Amino acid sequence: MLEIKNLCYTVPDGNSQKGILDHLSLTIPDKRFVVITGPNGGGKTTLARSIMGINQPTDGSILWNGTDITNLSVSDRAKLGISYGFQQPPRFKGMRVRDLLNIAAGEDLGHDVACSYLTQVGLCARDYVDRDVDGSLSGGEVKRIEIATVLARRSELMIFDEPEAGIDLWSFARLTETFQAIHDKKESTIIIISHQERIIRLADEIILLANGQISDRGAADEIYPKLMGMTVGNCNKLEVNQKC
Amino acid sequence: MLNDIQKHILEVVSGMAADASGAINIRADGKKAYRSNTPNVQIESKTDKDGIDIFVKPHTTSDHVYIPVVITEEGLHDTVYNDFYIGEGAVVTINAGCGIHNCSGCDSEHEGIHTFHVGKNAQVTYSEIHYGEGEGEGKRILNPQTILYLEEGAKVTLETTQIRGVDDTKRYTKAVLMGDHAEFTVQEKLLTHGNQKAESEMDVVLDGKDCRTQVISRSVAQDESTQIFYPRVVGNNACFGHVQCDSIIMGKAKVRSIPEISCNHVDASLVHEAAIGKIAGDQILKLQTLGLSYEEAEEKILEGFLR
Repeated sequence: MLEIKNLCYTVPDGNSQKGILDHLSLTIPDKRFVVITGPNGGGKTTLARSIMGINQPTDGSILWNGTDITNLSVSDRAKLGISYGFQQPPRFKGMRVRDLLNIAAGEDLGHDVACSYLTQVGLCARDYVDRDVDGSLSGGEVKRIEIATVLARRSELMIFDEPEAGIDLWSFARLTETFQAIHDKKESTIIIISHQERIIRLADEIILLANGQISDRGAADEIYPKLMGMTVGNCNKLEVNQKC
Repeated sequence: MLNDIQKHILEVVSGMAADASGAINIRADGKKAYRSNTPNVQIESKTDKDGIDIFVKPHTTSDHVYIPVVITEEGLHDTVYNDFYIGEGAVVTINAGCGIHNCSGCDSEHEGIHTFHVGKNAQVTYSEIHYGEGEGEGKRILNPQTILYLEEGAKVTLETTQIRGVDDTKRYTKAVLMGDHAEFTVQEKLLTHGNQKAESEMDVVLDGKDCRTQVISRSVAQDESTQIFYPRVVGNNACFGHVQCDSIIMGKAKVRSIPEISCNHVDASLVHEAAIGKIAGDQILKLQTLGLSYEEAEEKILEGFLR
């Protein structure tokens, strides 16, 4: 179980401090599929990075399976079963796709297993497994390899930051099937930051984050029509400060 | 007979298994230690100076040549001239390289001057590894020179690697692509640490029509080591050349990269790229999210970069 208590994250803004996360509290039970959505600048990525330990919160605490991980390093959190798919993953000169997958899995996966992770993100494994993760790959290809590395970790908590960004429609369809399959097997808790309807519809719960706080949350069936209603109707609920 | 230290160094620099087959010439402490020939590859000692001539018969297919050098004698300054004559249409893989074990207070030094005459349509893969070990104050110095002349349609891939242990190196590579459609690829990998110094100078001259070259240099400079690169390509005909130098700099190391491309023909197309920088923070972070510590992440990144 993931428990977030009174989490705050501030950044300098001129002579004052700007709050990105504002006393945010949240509990996510095991094996849930949660989508966090909301306006740009609402704090979604900061929240995800704080759970992974990439951003250090200014106040509050994060508990994972009852252990306070607030001050643990990224590596230590990874070892406790937390994984994170970057919105804009880095490239590596000289590191092959299979090398990254092996590091992610913590073992030599072998050709067939390594390829299976690539297939799950819509990549033709044979063409990619021995390629370098460098500038010769497109943004969408690097993004899908990034997601494959998170899958290869088989961790208890998987966090994906806008996995749909930069991915073509066909690969995206394959990706949603993969998320659904992981959820169906109840293998992991999944947190996805997304604005994509198809991903939002897969979720057990939608959390709407705006101005560093949870402005609404509930089952997909309950929240999604509200989002659509506010967007298609008179005002876009996703806009900052609810201004059109 | 080789001792255990010599056998270990031999394995590192040449990748030679105990049961390696092919033409073999092992030079240990300035002297011939072992030699074997094959029907297609003849190795002969020079009579006018120290070194060997290697003759590969025309249309030889897939033969292997090993010519490693091992130095364990303290304070030895060894200079050797090896000339290769690769016959027309031959396909051959050559493993060279030099390893120095120096536990003394005196400098040990090896200068290997290799000259290749590569016949029409021949294909050569030439791999050399330079390696040093030993705890002595004496320096391990390696100054290799590789000079290549390529005839029409000849293809040469040169892989040169120096990872740790060599205190001082000044390497020079020159390839002259004389015939049309010749191709030359060089992949240089270098890692220096401590107070080591490395200088690498290359001249690739594209004289033939539709010749191609690719010069790829990857280096890591750690601690207080220094590296200087001078990759130069000259296009004297319709040709293509690409120079790519990437260096990772760490600690208080210093790296200079001075690529030069010269076009002397309107259809010569030459490109160079050079980049020096530290390991990107987002690369380390990504590997940390996969469970590696900072040090482990750094090691994996360097391992891949120099693979």
